Order: sequence, then structure tokens, then C-alpha cells
Amino acid sequence: MRALRSWFIAPSAVLMAVTLAVPLAIVCVYSVLTRGAYGGVEWPWTLENYSRLLDPLYGAIFGQSFGIAAVATGLCLVLGFPLALFIARSGSRKNLYLSLVILPFWTSFLIRTYAWMFLLRDTGLINTLLQALGLIRAPLPMLYNNGAVILGLVYGYLPFAVLPLYATIERLDASLLEAAADLGARPMATLARVTIPLSAPGIRAAAILVFVPCLGTYLTSDLLGGSKTILIGNLVQNQFTASRDWPFGAAISILLIAVAMALLLAVRRQGSELV
Amino acid sequence: MDALLELRRVSKQFPGHRAVHDVSLAIPRGTFFSLLGPSGCGKTTTLRLVAGFETPSAGEIWLNGRRIDQAPPYQRNVNTVFQNYALFPHLTVQGNVEFGLRRTGAADMQTRVGRVIEQVQLSGKESRRPSELSGGERQRVALARSLVLAPDVLLLDEPLSALDPQLRKQVRSELKELQRKTGVTFLFVTHDQEEALSLSDRMAVMNGGAIEQTGAPQELYQRPATRFVASFLGAMNWINGCGVRPEATRLSRQIPQNATRARRGAVSQSIFLGAHTHIEVKLEGGEAVVAQTAPSDGAFQPGEAVHVWWSPDDELRLP
Repeated sequence: MRALRSWFIAPSAVLMAVTLAVPLAIVCVYSVLTRGAYGGVEWPWTLENYSRLLDPLYGAIFGQSFGIAAVATGLCLVLGFPLALFIARSGSRKNLYLSLVILPFWTSFLIRTYAWMFLLRDTGLINTLLQALGLIRAPLPMLYNNGAVILGLVYGYLPFAVLPLYATIERLDASLLEAAADLGARPMATLARVTIPLSAPGIRAAAILVFVPCLGTYLTSDLLGGSKTILIGNLVQNQFTASRDWPFGAAISILLIAVAMALLLAVRRQGSELV
Repeated sequence: MDALLELRRVSKQFPGHRAVHDVSLAIPRGTFFSLLGPSGCGKTTTLRLVAGFETPSAGEIWLNGRRIDQAPPYQRNVNTVFQNYALFPHLTVQGNVEFGLRRTGAADMQTRVGRVIEQVQLSGKESRRPSELSGGERQRVALARSLVLAPDVLLLDEPLSALDPQLRKQVRSELKELQRKTGVTFLFVTHDQEEALSLSDRMAVMNGGAIEQTGAPQELYQRPATRFVASFLGAMNWINGCGVRPEATRLSRQIPQNATRARRGAVSQSIFLGAHTHIEVKLEGGEAVVAQTAPSDGAFQPGEAVHVWWSPDDELRLP
């Protein structure tokens, strides 16, 4: 039985090793080598790539990335929780609503982000409409700023928040909600004192699933962000393309992975204490 | 005496299923009142109608002179002990008991919580989580959490069924004692006739969504109004169209001289139960009856020919 079980997991184990562990090892090695003249890497090995990260310029980029990811995560939770609650309580229509939540995945994220550009730009649908209605004279600056990036992230990652939240809320023992009402709690009090605290595992899962990809995003910030919106993802991308500084790009990636892992472990630990 | 809780011709219709039909009940203050019936008889739905988790399709519910059947659960001065207790797993014993008081912001909250925790013998366990408690302790937290709010009526939905059998009898007497000490009106739902008979001041037997009979336990046992009540409360032999309780059914080897009601039969089985023995007899007409005999009645062997007799006073004639 044991042997059989290891055979079943062998394909995915090999896939993970090849597509995750090996590239990660390559990135690790690159991050301590010297930059090649036309990209690539050369000997000798050095820690200079890491010491360069101490430059306040990069600190600011990390700070901005964390800030935007945190705001996007917060908004995803605030918007996702009521939606998940609504779906969990809609009886036989649950599956219909759930498929609507994942419907956007049927189209490429890139195309959906371009769609937002067409909506938000100065000559876009929204500005044209508002101007035609005479509500505004000059177009509203809705594109190429941090707000647009946050909007794009919230739009893109909301389903990743809704699904784990739904899974937790749906499993909540209905008699606990009845007990709260029975003990005098109005619906909002029941939400605050029973539903939300008991949904903590789902909230943690949703926060991680949204925060980590938001932190490393580069497509959304590249397309919707302005010239000042340089996030960690864009910085990494720049090193591997325009700047041709692969070792520095690798060092930034390693730092990003380390920070994300540390966060994950911290949230995990907090979770195990609560349960 | 006026009823504290009154149900007037209450019905509850679910899609394709009539759960409660034309139920009327009047429960005086301070009573231990039981709703007894088999599963699916509508007793739990009746309880949920009083709690406010369901709204009646017809009829009225009055509590303490106020009509409550349309009020939400949080506006009714009744509290429920759920079958699975429904304790909040993220809160301690203290937190669970305080839950309902936090809203009212009672100034003497700590005193009240302390007193009720002591009453249910959970002192020293205030900071435990429900997952760290035994089944009996959880049940006492559920009781404390409700009683601390001083409800007009405490609703109990099969609160003993989640406990193991040894504990059940002990908790049963504790429950009765608690009701007596606090003076709170209990509405107790159970499918266990022994629980209902031993605990209740008054009780109602339900069947198929309707009430078959209401009264004191002795009254229902001795003078059941329907065949259902007669069979559901204790065992009943049906002989010559009349009901005779096993303890009123006598056996003898010779035909007794003063017996006006007697039948012949053969012992099919003898079941020793400690204080008494149940003898199963197959009558000549083919009916099977059970007689409860004392050790002094002597031993009856399977296959033995016996006379089954009873007093006409012990016959129950039911529709």
C-alpha cells in the first residue's frame, strides 16, 4: 500500500522537482555570480548583488510593493467575504454563482488587463461616456497610477479570496448561528462575534493566496501603473531584460521568495495557536 | 393559573411536508414540560417554532402575555439547549456563558456568570475551550449559557441523547434538580419515554405532527387516550381487543379460581432482567404477550403450558 502510494505521487513529485526545485537552484546560483557583458552570468562568485539591495532606492520599491499588495489584499477580503457569505447561503444556486466567480479564468489575464486599459484610459469607455453626458470636461486620470494597479489586482485576485472564504463559511455549523441569535445577537453581531472569528482559517488562506501573487506582480503594474509605479516584479523583469543584470535580478527574486516564505510561516504559526 | 407559554392551533408546513399540525399547548410557569414522540413526529419543529428558528404557517404563540410567533429569535425571552450543544468553539467556557450578557451590558455580569458557572459545577474550568471538555461538561456549559439570561422558558432539544448511557441517568437527575432550584420553566423534547416519564410535571405525546394526549405522566401511563400513547409509553399487550400492561399480566400453571379474564398459551421465551423477569407467551389464538413476573412467582420454562390472566380493572379499552 505504501509503495503503491509513492508510485501515485511520483509523477507530481518529479514535475515539482524539475519545474520548481531545479529553476530555484539555478536562480540561487545566479544570485551569487557576476554579471556578464551581454546578459548571462560569469565567474567569480560574489555577495555584491545582495549588498546592492541595501540601497534605499530598492527599499522604497519593496515598500511600495508591500503597500500595494496589502491594500489589494485588504480590499479582496472586504469585498470577497460578503460575496462568499452570499454564495454559501444561496442554497441550490451555489454552484451557478461559484462558476460565475471563476468564469473570468476562461480568458487570459493579459487580455482582461488590456480590457481595463480600454475602460480606464483618457479616450476610454468611461471617460468618453462621462464627457458625452457632460458630467466632466477633462478626462479623469484613471489609468497609469497606483489606484489603477490596485484595481487591476483586486479584479484579478478576488476569485482567489472568494473560493477559500466560501469553503470555510459553507462548512460553518448552522446551529452556531442559531445559537448566537438564540442568545440575543442580532445578525450583524452574529457576523462579528461568530461568523468572522470562525472563518479565520479561510481568511488566512485567502490573504496568503492574494498577497503573495500581488507582491510579485509585474504584468498589472506594467500595464496599468504609471512611470512611478515600479514594483518588485518590474524590477526583476528589468534586470533580466533592459539592464542585462541577471545576477542582481536573481538576488531580488531570492529576497522576494524569502520574504513571502517568512510571511507564510508567520501566518501559519498564528493559525495553529488559534485552533 | 395562566399559561406562561401558549401555542394556539399552531401548524408548520414545509414544501411537500406537514411537520406540525394544529398543535395547542398551555405551559404554566415553573413547569417541567416534555414533548415526547418518535423521530419525525414534529416535536423538534415545535421547539424551533417557539425558539423562533421557524415561523408558523398558521396559529399563534404567546409568551408571558405577548404574541411572539413573528419575532426573531433574538427578541424572544426563551433560550435553547441544542442537541449538539452548539457551543462556540473559539470561545472559552467563560466566553460562551458571557455571550448573551455582553449585548445587554449587565453591570453585574461577572457575578451572574460566576454564580451560574458554580450552579452547573464548572468552577475552575472557566478558561477551557469546549474541545477540552467532556460531553457532560459541554452540556452544562450549554445550560449555563442559557440560564444566565434568566429566560422565561428554557427549550431543551434532546439534551441527553449525545451522552453515553451511564452518564445519562446521572445527568437526568441533575437536570431535574437544576430545574427545581432555578424555578425556570423547561420545555423538554425527547424520544425517550423513560426520560419524559421521570422528569416531567406535565407532558404531551406527539405523533405525525399532532398531539395525541397531554397530561401528567401517571395520567398518560394509566389512562392513555389512544392506542399510540398506550404503546409508546411503556409496553402493552393487546388481548381480546383490550390493552393490558405486562406488569398487570399474570401467569399461573393452574387456572386461577377468581379470574374472570384468562387465556391459555405456551411460554416461548424467558428473559431475566434482574429485579424481574419478562416471560413471553404465545396464546392459543396466536397473539404474543409479555408478562412481567417477580422472582417469587417461580420459574417458567420455555414450552410450558400456562394460563394468562388479568383483572378487568387493568384493561384499557382504546379507540
